[in-house]
Amino acid sequence: MNESKAEDRPEDFVLQMLGITKEFPGVKALQDVTLEVRRGEVHAICGENGAGKSTLMKVLSGVYPHGSYEGEILVEGAPARFGGIKDSEAEGIVIIHQELALIPYLSIAENIFLGNERASGGVLDWGTTRSEAARLLAEVGLAEKPETTPSDLGVGKQQLVEIAKALSKRVNVLILDEPTAALNDEDSAHLLDLIRNLRERGITCIIISHKLNEITAIADRVTVIRDGRTIETLDLHGEGITEDRIIRGMVGRPLDSRFPDHESTLGEEVLRIEDWTVHHPVDTERKVVDGATITVRAGEIVGLAGLMGAGRTELAMSVFGHSYGTRISGRLYKGGTEIHARNVSQAIAHGLAYATEDRKKFGLNLIQTVRENISTSALGKLASWWGVIRSEEEAGVAEKYRQDFRIKAPTVESVVGKLSGGNQQKVVLSKWVFSDPDVLILDEPTRGIDVGAKYEIYGIINALADAGKAVIVISSELPELIGLCDRIYAMSQGRITGEVPRERATQEELMRYMTMEKTR
Amino acid sequence: MNVVREYLGRNVRQYGIVAALLVIVLLFQVLTEGRLLYPDNIASLIQQNAYVMILAIGMVMVIVAGHIDLSVGSVAAFVGGLAAIMLVDWELPWFATVLVALLVGALVGAWQGFWIAYVGIPAFIVTLAGMLIFRGLAIVLVGTTVAGLPAEFNAIAGGYLPPLLGFAGQADGLTLVIGLVGIAGLAWSQWRARRALIKHQLTAEPPVIFVAKLVVIALLIGVVTYWLSLSARGTPIVLLIVGALILVFSFVLNRTVFGRHVYAVGGNRHAAILSGVNAQRTDFAIFVNMGLLAAVAGIITTSRAGAGVAAAGTNFELDAIAACFIGGTAVAGGVGRISGAMIGALIMGVLNMGLSILAVDPAWQQVIKGLVLLLAVALDIVSKRRGRLT
Ligand SMILES: Nc1ncnc2c1ncn2[C@@H]1O[C@H](COP(=O)(O)OP(=O)(O)OP(=O)(O)O)[C@@H](O)[C@H]1O
Ligand SMILES: [Mg+2]
Repeated sequence: MNESKAEDRPEDFVLQMLGITKEFPGVKALQDVTLEVRRGEVHAICGENGAGKSTLMKVLSGVYPHGSYEGEILVEGAPARFGGIKDSEAEGIVIIHQELALIPYLSIAENIFLGNERASGGVLDWGTTRSEAARLLAEVGLAEKPETTPSDLGVGKQQLVEIAKALSKRVNVLILDEPTAALNDEDSAHLLDLIRNLRERGITCIIISHKLNEITAIADRVTVIRDGRTIETLDLHGEGITEDRIIRGMVGRPLDSRFPDHESTLGEEVLRIEDWTVHHPVDTERKVVDGATITVRAGEIVGLAGLMGAGRTELAMSVFGHSYGTRISGRLYKGGTEIHARNVSQAIAHGLAYATEDRKKFGLNLIQTVRENISTSALGKLASWWGVIRSEEEAGVAEKYRQDFRIKAPTVESVVGKLSGGNQQKVVLSKWVFSDPDVLILDEPTRGIDVGAKYEIYGIINALADAGKAVIVISSELPELIGLCDRIYAMSQGRITGEVPRERATQEELMRYMTMEKTR
Repeated sequence: MNVVREYLGRNVRQYGIVAALLVIVLLFQVLTEGRLLYPDNIASLIQQNAYVMILAIGMVMVIVAGHIDLSVGSVAAFVGGLAAIMLVDWELPWFATVLVALLVGALVGAWQGFWIAYVGIPAFIVTLAGMLIFRGLAIVLVGTTVAGLPAEFNAIAGGYLPPLLGFAGQADGLTLVIGLVGIAGLAWSQWRARRALIKHQLTAEPPVIFVAKLVVIALLIGVVTYWLSLSARGTPIVLLIVGALILVFSFVLNRTVFGRHVYAVGGNRHAAILSGVNAQRTDFAIFVNMGLLAAVAGIITTSRAGAGVAAAGTNFELDAIAACFIGGTAVAGGVGRISGAMIGALIMGVLNMGLSILAVDPAWQQVIKGLVLLLAVALDIVSKRRGRLT
């Protein structure tokens, strides 16, 4: 490969993981994986969903303690045996997990110092806690008071709090597991800047991401993992190392294009949301959605673009059986006749479906099996009129989706909480596709999903449209909306600020509408 | 044999709890010099512990859905007292009394379910209030005792099936037939379930384990049946009631939409609601059902005592909750099985019986039961932790 240095000397590596093998009952998650990270670099890890990236990082950070895996970890050339997170943190290795882990009702300041409290003799030192928290928040560029609770913050800001929390420890190597998956472009860019800053300060970063453009933009080297094995380590400063080159390593073959070819055949209008206004559930004076009007036709894929807080999710959830907000007004037409969907079962009965952006909190029952999760929203289809489930049929359906959507789970009886993030997302999608709706609202459907699987999901969405369904896609990735949708609405501050047909859709055009300020 | 070991390792919990029951039974069998498993003692083991099993059936559903019910003991006393008054003071026939009592139980459940599901008060608080309210009402109604219940009513808990099929030697024929039907039914349903698993290419237990499991269960039922058939009077009626309730509710929980909703709501309430599950209605139904089962327990307790007693049912809720937790129901909800809770109830029952035969001081009996609960749940948690790391 295009290695810039002739030969690595051992002392160049801040961290080496050699021959790591990790098994779960029935799954070999990692097999003889090797990862070598140079001091002060940003090292990316790429791989398909379920390739073992998160598992590798959990091994590294002591979540899976020494003895539960095979192989060796060297920190600064010396063997390390972590019995838990505390041990790895003592060596300056700090991980920010894929699923955020803030306590929603403690203040940000308390969250930052959780487990690491600023205290004397067991009594919290509020002064230091607050002032240091404020300093750390400034460092990560988050303009919030230390007293704010994470429950009041969006995911983007929560992510920054997580980083502030990591920086409150003595950190040498910072591991970020899909930090930008839940962020929009603006927040992602901010985060990437932050990572560059950290690199300047000599902090080594390991970053896992499915957003390859970010990786090529920020990383120095990338290690590709496929099916639990190291495939290669590429130097991104070398020549010819492009996104496509990385994809080839991940998927094992080149991927010709990111979006499947698709021509939509449009039918009648299926859903019209008219003059839709929603107020915040707590701050009931505040309009979260303000007089929005949207239409979708059969076979059409419509995008909803917007920055964080624009009100896209709120719009979708309030339409879906008033699942969000108070003082909801406006009209809903389905196939030309007005409908009322005051709760989720009514909405489902009217043929609506909403696949959430927050799969862990709203989308899945993590302690149930793949089968049970897929069937929940349409159990009626699998049951006799007096409520007895036809188990065999249910298993058959679940198995069909496991294969069709290529959900990487040993069987449909696997517990969903043990699947990798991207595969959990596919379970959410299966669940709603199975409910066979007329209108399918997908909120960040490809969050945390690898390039290959994204392509498959676009294919699924296209097929749904071809089957005459109306699809609304909410996404923070503009290229995704542009590549997928027939028409895109832009939202800003709760209002629909623009409508752009496919032909005219460019990132700049959309951005212009998405940042439009309220004029009234 | 490796497959077998691995499988057992992964399912420590399920087999562990059955093994614990067997160990406890054997221990007491030895300690009591064989008196624990006297045929007559087996009959009264069932009669004495029917209430725990019945309450635990409802309690599993309550806990799986993420709630708790502290009121079942008081509700049982209240409904039982009411039944006694209906029989003695109003001279209602026994079947009418039973029907009305069940209805009242359901209404009590609806009352509590209303506050929990539709007003949104945590079940702990609502049923703590219910514990006081219905105990108080029981005392108001009954005073201390209402005695002199008709024989038909007393037969519900104390009666036996008549020896319709005559005797095979010393053994009651009907009891033997019931036992055999039970074994056959169980084997058949297990075999069907296994076949379905294999058909869908899901991992079924290794054949050795499957057969071994069936043989052990069949032997257990067989032995119990045989002993019962030798007992003075054959099959207790209560056994049929409990058996029927277990079958019906296992089916409801495992195979119906309602049962699935109970698990869904307990596992992730938000996600369940966003999937179109009516969580409020599910909660409401769970508590109506719990009230109904508390009424059944109240009827059986009253019938067994032969009198309405205001202080009846004290600590029933604790026995039922303990049975659930010993049987592997998760404190946080979302996980739990009726079969597990029944084994938990049997463990509590065998402890009760064995300790009484040994004439252990009731105070010490409580200490021992408390320790067993703690130990069972500790084992559960430790085995899970190990499962996670391997
Ligand atoms: N606790 C667990 N028990 C059993 N299997 C597990 C567990 N954790 C992970 N796995 C399995 O190990 C494999 C690797 O999972 P991992 O989470 O590391 O994937 P990933 O590369 O991070 O994927 P993604 O991009 O979707 O986050 C998957 O097949 C997953 O199902
Ligand atoms: Mg992951």
